[in-house]
Amino acid sequence: MFELINQISRWAIPVVLLVIPLIAFIKRVPVFETFVEGAEEGFSTAIKTIPYLVAMLVAVSVFRASGAMQLMADYFSPLLDNVGFPAEVLPHAIMRPLSGGAALGIATDLIKTHGPDSFIGKLVSTMQGTSDTTFYVLTLYFGSVGVRRYRYAVATGLCADITTLVASLFIAHVMFTT
Amino acid sequence: MVNYIWLGMIVMSIVVAGAQGNIEVITKAAFEGADTAVEVSLSLIAIMTFWLGIMKLAEAAGLVKALARLVQPVTAFLFPSIPRNHPALGAIVMNLSANVLGLSNAATPMGLIAMQELQKLNGNSRTASEAMCTFLALNTSCLTLIPTTIIGIRLMYGSQDPTAIVGTTIFATACGMTVAIIADRTFRRIYNWRRS
Repeated sequence: MFELINQISRWAIPVVLLVIPLIAFIKRVPVFETFVEGAEEGFSTAIKTIPYLVAMLVAVSVFRASGAMQLMADYFSPLLDNVGFPAEVLPHAIMRPLSGGAALGIATDLIKTHGPDSFIGKLVSTMQGTSDTTFYVLTLYFGSVGVRRYRYAVATGLCADITTLVASLFIAHVMFTT
Repeated sequence: MVNYIWLGMIVMSIVVAGAQGNIEVITKAAFEGADTAVEVSLSLIAIMTFWLGIMKLAEAAGLVKALARLVQPVTAFLFPSIPRNHPALGAIVMNLSANVLGLSNAATPMGLIAMQELQKLNGNSRTASEAMCTFLALNTSCLTLIPTTIIGIRLMYGSQDPTAIVGTTIFATACGMTVAIIADRTFRRIYNWRRS
């Protein structure tokens, strides 16, 4: 099963790259010219995201470096200990929606320290594999089209992130504690 | 909401750093953050240009519309505000498929193309449309069948069973995605009710 999914992942882009120009050619689309015409906007789209990403990543960077993130983790950890959530994993839970790179760094560190097959190692692996970096995605996607008022998108994202966190903790306890 | 979170993070950081006597880290971290942001944006230029070219071909060949028609039953439920067979639906489906397969350097450009199409429907407003909120709710909670990065790290540190977490990951994401869809619908209703 894994092997099959792996193969699909490996072949997906090459197949898309073959099929789309081929069908376009059969339908008498001038393939080269059309590609270039579409590709023209690539530069401006990418550049447009800079101010939005700078705003978000500066805040995330100081939040982590200042020790504010750690302080928040220390403050909440006794509370979470009662529901079986290891204090060591809390910084990861806080960083996950904010910065993909930082969260991955914390996960790697925990796996290294506690071992990949420990409860902490498996819990943090599950958490890393689930939800995406919500704030980064919102900033990038809305930024690329110049949307500044996100309405309820942040609230929805946070609801999903909290659910994923609780579900990860629950399923890890069911599957990985002996 | 994003205004409060953003300001809160900055104020809290500076207060904490000041109180702990290492205020100098703030300046360094701020510029490092800005640096990373520009790097990310610049690295998008290449893949954005590439996928925009491919997508233009797909559109000219009528493939995007065909894909949109194919997924009509599902998307009509999730995105009632998008017209039938609109190219935005094709881009949304391609973005979500790339996410599921873990093809991150195809997923992001597809997502941005979808946002461009949605923004056309939104009349280039500065405010997010309902369809955008739904799309991002799905996108941020989207399932990845094989979390390759973390499996690689587990393997690197000598795991006996590196893929043991695949099942738990799928379970947790499925819960998250369900709540994302429900929350999106609920908040949309509350928002519209408050406005009227």
